[in-house]
This record gives sequence, C-alpha cells and structure tokens, in this order.
Amino acid sequence: MHGLINRSIQSFVETTYGRPIWEKIAYAGGLDVSEFEAMLRYDDEVTLKLLDAASEVLERARGDLMEDIGTYLVSHPNTEAVRRLLRFGGVNFVDFLHSLDDLPDRVRLAVSELSFPKLELRAHGEDSFSLLCAAEIEGFGNLMMGVLRVMADDYGTLALLEHKGRIGANESLLITLVATDFSAGRLFDLGARAG
Amino acid sequence: MKDFCNYDALDVLCPMHMTLSASGHIQHAGPTIQKMRPDLELVGKRFLEVFVINRPRAITTMEDLRKLKDVKLHLALRDPPETSLKGVIVPTLAESGEMIVNLSFGISILDGVRDYALTNTDFAATDLAIEMLYLVEAKTAAMEASYSLNQRLQGAMMAAEEQALTDALTGLKNRRAMDHVLAQQIKNGARFALMQVDLDFFKTVNDTMGHAAGDYVLHRAAEIMAEETRGQDTVARVGGDEFTLILPSIPNEEVLARVAQRMIEKIEEPIPYEGQECKISASIGMVWVHPGDTRSADRLLSDADVALYASKRAGRAQHTFYKPELRENTMGASAKPTF
Repeated sequence: MHGLINRSIQSFVETTYGRPIWEKIAYAGGLDVSEFEAMLRYDDEVTLKLLDAASEVLERARGDLMEDIGTYLVSHPNTEAVRRLLRFGGVNFVDFLHSLDDLPDRVRLAVSELSFPKLELRAHGEDSFSLLCAAEIEGFGNLMMGVLRVMADDYGTLALLEHKGRIGANESLLITLVATDFSAGRLFDLGARAG
Repeated sequence: MKDFCNYDALDVLCPMHMTLSASGHIQHAGPTIQKMRPDLELVGKRFLEVFVINRPRAITTMEDLRKLKDVKLHLALRDPPETSLKGVIVPTLAESGEMIVNLSFGISILDGVRDYALTNTDFAATDLAIEMLYLVEAKTAAMEASYSLNQRLQGAMMAAEEQALTDALTGLKNRRAMDHVLAQQIKNGARFALMQVDLDFFKTVNDTMGHAAGDYVLHRAAEIMAEETRGQDTVARVGGDEFTLILPSIPNEEVLARVAQRMIEKIEEPIPYEGQECKISASIGMVWVHPGDTRSADRLLSDADVALYASKRAGRAQHTFYKPELRENTMGASAKPTF
C-alpha cells in the first residue's frame, strides 16, 4: 500500500486525537514503525492492521472511522491539496460526481504508483445517483461518503448520502441532491495553490 | 455586414478566438480573450495593435499574416500583463477576406490563469488546460512530499554519521571526530597542542605475529594514550597505526614534552601476547598553537607530520616540536617516507 494512505491515517489520528493516542494505536497494531512516510511503500497488511488497531483504540466501528477519515482528507487545512485536486474535477457538484469515474486515473496521474479503487457513478434521474465503490478495504464506501459530504458543501450543494451496504468487495452509496444552489460554496481559484 | 460564421458556436469551441476583417481589425473576440482585457473593447481595434507577433519574425502587416499558412504563431499582448500566447490564423471562405485567429496560453497557462482569474468555464470543454493545471498542482504536491522525505532521510543520515565518531577497534575517536575537534579549537582561537603519534615497528608485529597480535598491540597503545591524557584531550586513531591527539590548555612546552616522553616509555614496555612479547615504540611530532595563530587545520596537521618525520629520521622513539626549519629539511623528499 502506498505510504500516502498510511500517512493520511496517521495524520488524521494525530490531528484529531493527538500524538499519544496515535502511538497507542501504532503499538496496538504491532506496527514496526510509528511514523509513516508519504513517499514510501508499505505492505498492504500494515494498513489493515492500522485500521483495526485504530478501531479498537478509538472504540469506533470501521465504517464510522473511515467516514471521519474521508471527511478529514478533504476538509482539514493539512490536506487542502486534496480538496483542490478534487475541485479540478468539475465546475459544480453534478459535474464533479461525473468526474469520479476518472478519479483513479487522475490519482495515477498525480502519483503513478498509487492505485485508487475503481468508482462508477450511475444516474437514476436528475437528482439521484448511486456510486459503486470497489472496496477491497472494508469501509472505503464510508470514506467516499465522508469525502462527498464535504465536497457537496464545498460546491454549495445540499445532498443526502446513504450507504447501501457491502456486497462482496463492493460498497454502494446513494446520493440524492436536494438543492444544488443551497449555499455559495467555497471559492475555487484555479490559479491559487494549496499552501 | 452579415456575419460570415456562427459566433455562438465558435465561442464554445474556441473561447480564445477572434475574427479579423480584411483590413486586420478585430470583428469579434471570444469570451475568454475578451475577459483578459476587460477594460478594452477589442472589437474595432487593429489586431496587430493589440498583439505583437514574435515568431515568425518580421510580421508587421496583415499582408504578412495572410501569407502564413499552418504556421504556429508566437505572440504576446502589447500591454501589461504581456502574456505570451500561441496562435494559428486561417482565412475564412468569405470572399471579403476575413480571417479567424485562435489563441491559446501554451506554457504560460499558469500565469494566465492567475493573472486573469480564469475558471474551468473559460476553457473549451475539450481543452486540456484544466488537466494540465491539475497535473502541475498534483506533481508539485507530490514533489514536495518527496522533497520533505529526502530532507528527513538526509537529516537521519547526518545524525547517523554524527554518531559514528568512534574508532571501532580501539574505542578512541576517529578521524571525523578529530577533524571536528580540531576545527573547533581553531575556531575558538585558544592555546592547544596537536600531537601526531606513529607506532614504530608495528608493521613487524603485524607481519611476524599476525593481525590478531597487531590488533592487540593497537588496543594496548590506545589504552596507554588514553591513560596518559586528560578527559578534555582528544585521542583519535586516524590511520592504521597513526594517532592524532589534541590537547587544549597545556601550560608550557615542558609539560607537553613530559606527556610525550611518558607515552613513548609506556608504549615501549613489551606487551605480552599469547606467551610472546610484542615490542613496539612510538615517534611523535608536536605542534604548539598559540592564540592568533592563523594556520589552517590541514597546515597544522602537515606541520605535525613534518615534526613526526623528524623524530623518525632521528632514530625513532622520540618526540619533536615543529619548527619551520624542519620543513626545509624535508622539502627534498616529496613522497611520504616509509618506516
């Protein structure tokens, strides 16, 4: 698994719960390292151990934990770059949703070794979509739910999100748009750079 | 005048296009190109008044332009910001001689987007500009992550090197540590003595009694040097049987001479090893550094070496203070003598 994934989880835990809790998780997970490097590669197993240990120490179900990680990834100033890169996907939330199919390719363009789970958007009408997530890691759908919730806010769209469960290695989300011009949303200046 | 083309379609397909009349006046400007000059009504201006063609060279009239076919134009706005652009110009089918020119930012896309606060909608849906911007930003973020990793690795490496200041065989300091201490002493400008110690007959022990005996002898000699010096002194093994000592705050030459003499005497005591006796001695060269001395570390080490060779030449098992005359005596011998 790419270090970016593990590093993101570490960054999420440290920022949200503090360094001592992070060390507790690293210890509980029996990890060799307590510091992940974003640009190194780790065994896939490490990520699974890490997530299990985090669930255990934080006493949170995998799904809830993953959703919080998703939210953190696109809303925290630490990871502003992620939000900005996602905003390149579309001019409004619907446009953005349609860009999700391309997300694994976009991710690969950014970091060629980083493989991102496959996503497939299906439109069921103007205001209703479902997002099929290939979720090798359980809870990836929840993570996407956290991401979409923040991105909807970002675009000023009011959307209802519902996790429809896991079948095999797939998780699906139901996305219902309530108002696409709910608020002004956040500004996206193409020429600005994430600090 | 009747429009000779569908501007609405062109505005969508090429938001940075303009149509030019036969006389070279702008008849219509696409929305993005107009956005770049919000306070200037482009329509009606002469194209070559607003833009300068940098390449091909010497294009100053519409006649020149009209002759260009399928040529990539390098042009720029004349007024600041003087954004450089790429473009291509083609004649229309109209008999009246109108032309269409389409522009793009090319490599100046980053500046362009910033200077004119452009958004996704200012580019044609088929334009790769947004993907390009995405890529630049993504790569920058990835590079920064890599860069910070490299920095951390470099920091760790330096820390590891810093820790490697000990000679594994004797437990004395190594050359790196000695260099560091010497540089520090020079910087402090304090009085100190530099001593080069070379074991005599060490090679014989090594050759006749084996490496284990050699190592044992080195170990013992190191022990003696450590015993005969103070805690504030630095004793370093800098080569096979070569040692450098840095002794700060020595009151006078006599004290230094006594230290050297005692060291030689102790090293000369036969060292028992597996039922045999290893006999070695030591030659010493010394440099006395006073405040205000401007010699570099290399020069000091070289002076100490010169004094050391003087001891060797004089029959070994002795110590010598460096004097400039000694150097003159050794000038003839360019290669390092072997003992």
